[in-house]
Formats: sequence, C-alpha cells, structure tokens
Amino acid sequence: MNAPAPPAAPAIVTTALHKRFGDLVAVQSLSLSIAKGEIFGLLGANGSGKTTTIRMLTGLMPPTSGSAMVAGVDVVRDPEEVRQRLGYMSQRYGLYDDLTVEENLRFYAGLYGLVGTEGRARIEEQISGLDFTARRRQLAGTLSGGWKQRLSLACATSHRPDVLFLDEPTAGVDPAARRAFWGMIRQLARGGTTILVTTHYMDEAERCDRLAILWRGRLEAVGAPPEIIAQLGAPSLEDAFIALQLRDEAAA
Amino acid sequence: MIGRIARWPFWAMLRKEFIQMRRDRMTLGMMIGVPAIQLVLFGFAIRTEVRHLPTLVLDEARTRESRELVASLVNSSYFDIVGEVRGRAEIEARIGRGDAAAAVVIPHEFTRDLKRGRGAEAQVIVDAADPLSSQSALQGASLAGLNFRPSARTRQALELRVRPWYNPMLDSSTYIVPGIIGVLLSMTMIIINAMSVVRERERGTLEQLIVTPVDRTSLMLGKIVPFLLVGYVQVTVILLLGRLLFDVPIRGSLLLLYLMAFPFVVANLGIGLFFSTLVRTQAQAMQAGFLFIMPNILLSGFMFPRAAMPDPAQWLGLTLPLTYFLEVLRGILLKGVGFEALWPEFLAMCGFAILIVTLSVRRFHKTLE
Repeated sequence: MNAPAPPAAPAIVTTALHKRFGDLVAVQSLSLSIAKGEIFGLLGANGSGKTTTIRMLTGLMPPTSGSAMVAGVDVVRDPEEVRQRLGYMSQRYGLYDDLTVEENLRFYAGLYGLVGTEGRARIEEQISGLDFTARRRQLAGTLSGGWKQRLSLACATSHRPDVLFLDEPTAGVDPAARRAFWGMIRQLARGGTTILVTTHYMDEAERCDRLAILWRGRLEAVGAPPEIIAQLGAPSLEDAFIALQLRDEAAA
Repeated sequence: MIGRIARWPFWAMLRKEFIQMRRDRMTLGMMIGVPAIQLVLFGFAIRTEVRHLPTLVLDEARTRESRELVASLVNSSYFDIVGEVRGRAEIEARIGRGDAAAAVVIPHEFTRDLKRGRGAEAQVIVDAADPLSSQSALQGASLAGLNFRPSARTRQALELRVRPWYNPMLDSSTYIVPGIIGVLLSMTMIIINAMSVVRERERGTLEQLIVTPVDRTSLMLGKIVPFLLVGYVQVTVILLLGRLLFDVPIRGSLLLLYLMAFPFVVANLGIGLFFSTLVRTQAQAMQAGFLFIMPNILLSGFMFPRAAMPDPAQWLGLTLPLTYFLEVLRGILLKGVGFEALWPEFLAMCGFAILIVTLSVRRFHKTLE
C-alpha cells in the first residue's frame, strides 16, 4: 500500500511555483501550504492563474520553475505516482454522456485499478451513498446539472484520494444542489481528504477553511475568510476582492 | 504487481469504448451502413466499361455464319442491335444523329473467305467521341471474335487474340470492389478514430483521463484496439457484399488478407490520431478525413492505373498505405497470390504504421499539455 504522509506534514506544499507561457507569467512564485483535511479555496478572476495552478498540481502541466508536493509526492518529478493519490473534478465534469451512471463509475474505478469484488463493492457503496439507486441505469447525459456534478464528484473520488482538486465545480448549478454539494465536500474533508477548490462565487469562498486570492498569477492574500476581510479592511469578502482588483488596476 | 496494475486501465478503456460504440449510431452506421451504400454506389455507378452500345448491322453476306457473328456480338453484351441498315451512308447518318454508337459491317466475301480459311474480315465502326465507349466496343468485339465458333466446318478464321487475364469478362466491378475495401477502410478508420479522440477532448473527458493513473500505452491501445475490430468487421461486410452483389472472386487466402489488413488498419488509425491533434471539432475531423482520402482515391491506383501516371504522381502514390493495400487486395482476391509475392507491400505498410503511430503519439502527448 501507499505509505501515508507523516501526520504533521501538510497535504499540499508549493515552493516558488512559477509558470510562464512565452511572455505571459501565468503563475508567479506561488508558495502555499495546505493542511491535511483542510478545505482551501483559490479565489480569483478569469486569467488569474487558478486553473494553471491546479493543472500544475495535478501533473497535467509541468511548472517553469519551483516545486510542488502533493500527498507527500513530488509532482514535478513523479507525476504518475501522484495521480493515484489525487482526485480531480473539472468544471466540465468529465463524464461520458453516453454511459449510464453505473458505467461511468465503473469506468473510472477501473482506471484506478478498482476491479473485481473490491471494485463492485465500492461502486455499490457510492451508488447508495450518493442516492443514485434509482438513477443507476440512466445515461449521464440525461442527468440534471446537480446530479451530473454529484456523479462527477463520485467518479473523482472512487479511489478515496488523499487530495481532491475541484475546478469551479458548481458553475451553472442551482443553489439547492450547490448546498448539497458542499455538504458532500465537508463530509469528505472530515474524513481526512484535503480539498483545493477554485471558485469565483463569494458565498462558496466563504465556506472554505482558508482562502488564497490570486490576481494576475500573484498571491494577493491568504488566510481564513474573516482574516482576509480584516486584512483588507473591507466589510465583506466580496468588497475585499473588489478592493484588491481596483487597487491593482490603479497600479497597472 | 506493477505489470498487473498497468493492465487494468486498458481493460476499463476497452470496455468503455465498446459500450460507447454500441450506443453511438454514427459509429455503427459508419461501420456497416456506409460501406454497404458506398459499395453499391461505387460498384454499380463506376463503370469504366460500357455495355449495351446501341448498334446497327449492315449484313451484306446474309449467310448463316454472318448471322452467327452478329449473335456472338450480341452475346458479348457489349452490343445491342437497334436496327439493320442497307448502306454505309445510313450508318454515318444514324451514328451522327446519335441513334447508334456502333455498327457492324459484314461484307459479301465474309462467308466465302471464312470457308476458304482466309482471314475473314468484318468491321466494327465505333463512335469514338466517347473514348470509354469505343474502348469497350473494341474489347467487346475482341471477345466476340474470340468466342465466335462458326457452325460451318471451316479452318481457323478470325485472328483476334486477346486474352484478358483475371477478369475475363472485363468487369470493372471486379477491379473496383477490392479497391473499395481499401478506400472505405481507410476513410472510416481515420474518421472514426479522429472523431472519437476529438469528442473526448471536446467533452473534457480527455483531461479527466490524463489526471487518472491511466498510462499512455493503455490510453493509446484503448483507442486503437476497439477500432481494429471495427475494421475487421468492415472488411468482412464488404467482402460478403462484394461476393453477393458483384461476384467478386476470392482466389487467394482470406487468412492472409486479414493478416495484411492489420498494418493497414493500424496505419489508418494512426493517421486518425494524428488528425485528432490537428483539429478542434468533430466536424473538422471528418473534413480532414475526406480531404486525406481524395488524393488517395486518385493516386493509389483505386480508379486510375498507376502505370499511366506521370512519375511524380507515381512517387506520391508510393507514400500512401492505400497504394500497397490495393496491390494486396487485388493480388489476393483476383490473382490468388500468396505472401511470397506480397511481402514487400506488407513491410511497407508495417513501416508506415510504426512511423505514423509513433509520430501521432508524440504529437498527441504534446497537445495534452
């Protein structure tokens, strides 16, 4: 089995993580430390470097310089190894519309090596645990947004990853489904899963244990939502975020 | 242990591809419907030989032998007698008007010469404005001369000695149908594979796949193996239809044909994968496939004999896997030759397959970033 990271060690550590596309600096010397079981939010406008950060941390894209450890594995040196320990849910859900709920679960479980009795047991657990019993033979393409999101989460966590990356997971989902989704996220975090979520919804950002605000690839502020509000002297997170933007635009 | 884990994602990929294939009418249609339609279209519509030319008869001999010659021309099915005429002027007038495309003139001396064992002459006049028709008429006349057995006891008389090998009826479908197997296989393999990869990219599932531990080999094999089977189903469907509808012979070993199809199909799947790295949408993938197939149809020898092409066109043809596979198809189906005659083609196709798959896998990985 995989050797677990020492309990005190943070689940995600980035050290001067840097990504450049030609002349454009997408992520600038990002250093973060995220504890095990923490729900950590990356808040930023489009093009602020959120997605690039996630892509580097999941091994989809090598950084220009700097390093990143995820679940105790060096992502840059060993991107294959880290994939067994992380789950990734993109804003496009990554579901096969022409496969049923059960087939999607089975496919992703299969990719993680969950086959045979063990695999079947895990799929059944997820189907009943996430209320998919009545929908197990429904094609994923015919599910509503909220159910798709739930299935996507299930597919990304079938192998019980140590770290879960969520890239704008609730875009285009109604508020009730969003609330239910955050309930599931909380539950995962209580079970010890570290969660890194990108968002530009303020109410979502406020649900995170800690937040980092990215602006044009730079880390502008980091801390618990009340701390950030206090740091920036704004009445709310949204005001704090806008204040940052204005300050930066004035400086530019 | 590591080896066992490495194999699991491949089985998951394979299973998934088959479920998708079963549900996707487009793929199923391209697999069976398109070959069937194309085969019928190509097989019946592309006729480089023209049959049933409306033909006039000027029989000056009026003997049993002359009537037998006319009958033998009719039996060749190249000529349909549309009327008897009394003189050459009438022939000229009616061919000029387009009432007829050919005429047979049997002179007074025909039977006399035949019986004396001199070379008996009969004339076939053809409207050569349409070169295809006139060539056909020439072929037909040759065939008729060959089969002409006058009932009168005569010595050897007609001197035509044309021996069409492999395709004694000079049927173009016999020539075209084996080629269709190659063309259709190439087209569908390229398009199906390119579309299937592009679809995953469009829907975001490709990105999802890459963050899972699925290794690159499993990913690639998962996209090649299922379609390899589709290719074999297609070969079988077209062969069966070709046999049922067009009486295309299978003179050589089917097993050899299936073996030879392997590098060809892999090469085309590689091309499909390559295209998937160049295009963004499924529609573009399809267009790229058609764009690629056009020069293939022209240069591979599918419709036009390569021997008649200028050198640069012949060289270009040698860079296409289809050119080799057509040799293989015609060699096995029509000539019944074995591996000893076809190994250079086999090697060429293997080389091409390895090259294009390596190239596109590299490109594929680059585009993932």
